Amino acid sequence: MSTDQLVHLLWTGLLETLRMTIPSTLFAYLIGMPLGVLLVVTRQDHIMPAPRFNAVLGTVINFLRSIPFIILLVLLFPVTRVVMGSGIGTRSVIFPLIISAFPYVARMVEGSLNEVDHGILEAAQSMGSTSWQLIRKVLIPEAMPSLVNGAAICMVTILGYTAMASAAGGGGLGTIAIIKGLNMRQSDIMYSASILLVLLVQIMSLAGAYSTKRIDHRNR
Amino acid sequence: MESNSVPVAGPVIEIKGLHKTYVTTDGRVDALSDVNLTISQGDIYGIVGMSGAGKSTLIRCINRLDTPTSGDVLYQGRSVTAMNRAQLEATRRKVSMIFQQFNLFMQRSVAGNIRYPLEIARVPSDKADKRVRELLKIVDLEDKLNAYPSQLSGGQKQRVAIARALASEPEVLLCDEATSALDPMTTQSILALLQDINKRLGITIVLITHEMAVIRQICTRVAILDGGKVAEEGPVDEVFVHTQSEAGKRLFGILPEAPDEDPDMPSLRIVFDGASAEKPIMSNLIKESGIAINILSANIRHLGGRQYGQMLIEMPSGPHEKETVVAYLTSHGMTVKEVNTK
Ligand SMILES: Nc1ncnc2c1ncn2[C@@H]1O[C@H](COP(=O)(O)OP(=O)(O)O)[C@@H](O)[C@H]1O
Ligand SMILES: [Mg+2]
Repeated sequence: MSTDQLVHLLWTGLLETLRMTIPSTLFAYLIGMPLGVLLVVTRQDHIMPAPRFNAVLGTVINFLRSIPFIILLVLLFPVTRVVMGSGIGTRSVIFPLIISAFPYVARMVEGSLNEVDHGILEAAQSMGSTSWQLIRKVLIPEAMPSLVNGAAICMVTILGYTAMASAAGGGGLGTIAIIKGLNMRQSDIMYSASILLVLLVQIMSLAGAYSTKRIDHRNR
Repeated sequence: MESNSVPVAGPVIEIKGLHKTYVTTDGRVDALSDVNLTISQGDIYGIVGMSGAGKSTLIRCINRLDTPTSGDVLYQGRSVTAMNRAQLEATRRKVSMIFQQFNLFMQRSVAGNIRYPLEIARVPSDKADKRVRELLKIVDLEDKLNAYPSQLSGGQKQRVAIARALASEPEVLLCDEATSALDPMTTQSILALLQDINKRLGITIVLITHEMAVIRQICTRVAILDGGKVAEEGPVDEVFVHTQSEAGKRLFGILPEAPDEDPDMPSLRIVFDGASAEKPIMSNLIKESGIAINILSANIRHLGGRQYGQMLIEMPSGPHEKETVVAYLTSHGMTVKEVNTK
């Protein structure tokens, strides 16, 4: 394979990987973020206590989180076909990725929001904030640096899942490394695709850590 | 020090038969037992007590950060415990609170912190900006508009917290150990600020502390809380001079156990109830009578050229000595009580 061909192959793979990772992360947050907020605020000692609801939600999320992605991919196959119009392909694999990632996102968000000092929330409560104002104007902004860091970690995790998406014809760098590289014994393809994946993970992690530090006003 | 006289005014907060029991895995804690207090318009009302006396619980029941187990809190005659969410939120805008740990929003600038109460009350942006500047002027932090809390000292943080608490134009300011995390100098400046706010803006202040000095310095009335009960209550000067309760004596630093050490030495508690500060009464007494008096503890404060406070002394036994001392002190306008040896 010529260098041009290799570059083209990798570039296509990179785009496919991003096309799976970014929308999956966004949608996983669209679902996981509100659930993460609910996991925190409905705790007995928090701003909207609803301990029974909290226990049920926690259990459901733990259950979903315990299903390995590759199993979920297979289990969800019929549903994916209905929802995405097709069971396989780069676009279709987004659906199982979202379903697999949102419980993870919910726990991640929960962890970040738990870091917010309870005294700060009490101060906001003492000023006559509504619950919605507490969440939107205090809880989330105060946790923002940690939330951004968490988002970077989630994105990297989802990126890792996309490598397994080859099982459902997902494409991307992972598929290239496994199918073309490993199975067809083309080590140059396997290594370059893998290195590119590693670089991508590094860039995402660094960008996450940098943004986290940039937006945090706590230690200056 | 200015006199702490208050114009006669109606009650702003009435606490009626308040009980609070915490149920934990280790059992029940009666944090408050039948607390009854009336806080009037314009008061700087001090609530003092040892750690764990229930002070925070009490102040948190006023704005319902804690829910009383039974009893009621009335704000302007309306039951806080019976309010629905909207009414409670409206009341909380009129009853602000500051904390020992400041509790500033760390991701908001100074201006952003002070702006928060205006934002949630949907005050238009230009009006809010103007108000933020006014408030920064009141707390003397105009140059810190764009700073972040992490860049401020403890005293500056508390000033921002005060400005933020004043943003909603409250009628009452609740202070939970607002100076306890500050050094003595900073404490003085924050207390002066609170007194200024009380006088200039007519805001009623409820102030919690474990330090008697804070009470004496700015409060008009005081309640001494001990084990969840009000041990003593009244105008500061009166409670200070005629301390009745054990809790009060402990907080004032009068040591009731001192006489145990030497039963042969009678001890007297002398109350300085506004005696003139011009004459050095004790040294004159020692000079004139020639009795070897030993001062065990003293807690005297000068208010407007007069002395308030208490002193615990012991002297050689003998009816003659004691009579002489009592007569001398009484003739100089002091109240003398023999401390009962337990
Ligand atoms: N959330 C709580 N759960 C259980 N016990 C509590 C809680 N808050 C306070 N207490 C207990 O109630 C008592 C009074 O506490 P607090 O009002 O904080 O006292 P203070 O502010 O005077 O130090 C203490 O014995 C404390 O341990
Ligand atoms: Mg306390």
